Amino acid sequence: MNAAPNVPAPGGPLDLLLGIALLLFALAALLAAWRLLRGPEAVDRILALDTLYVTSLALLVLLGMRLGTELYFEVALVIAMLGFVGTVVMSKFLQTRDIVE
Amino acid sequence: MSAMHALPLWAEWAIGLLAVIGGGFALIGTIGLVRLRDFYMRLHAPTKASTLGVGCALIASMLYFSLTGRGIVLHELAITLFLFVTAPVSAHLLAKAAMRGPRSPRPPDPAGPDLPLR
Repeated sequence: MNAAPNVPAPGGPLDLLLGIALLLFALAALLAAWRLLRGPEAVDRILALDTLYVTSLALLVLLGMRLGTELYFEVALVIAMLGFVGTVVMSKFLQTRDIVE
Repeated sequence: MSAMHALPLWAEWAIGLLAVIGGGFALIGTIGLVRLRDFYMRLHAPTKASTLGVGCALIASMLYFSLTGRGIVLHELAITLFLFVTAPVSAHLLAKAAMRGPRSPRPPDPAGPDLPLR
């Protein structure tokens, strides 16, 4: 029975505040997605994608707290690493127009 | 299936307020990403604010799992350190990529007319 979730008490202050924080991060992700779709040039889109993955990382961490599981932590770690590599590769491509240097 | 280790009330408020402050920082950063009018300004806003926001959320998560689980949990520090190391690097690379861009020229030289650079 070690898989019993350790959720915050429903109706308590932590439950409420975590809900508000999730809402704020989701709004931030929506704004970043707007810039990702609209961005006048490629660099704006890369920046918006960078912001989007950082925000979704925070969303996953908060969701893990709310659901009382630590499973989402590994997902957040992988997103952090792959997102950084993606940003570096895309901006290097914009600089040199060449993937293999 | 209720909470195994009930949190003290101050801890609930502290963790929740940290998470909300982090969300506020992230929201301010992305509002800057949407509202500012130049790419270099847009680069400025989210790279700082979102990193700070995620840092607050990760501190909240560390506190939460340390106070409810089995002992002190510090592996969120890995994400925090990784983000704080990589965010300036990616911002620098983005700025260098933007200087090569077609429609976002260099900002005008405040010291005078443009010298032929490189």
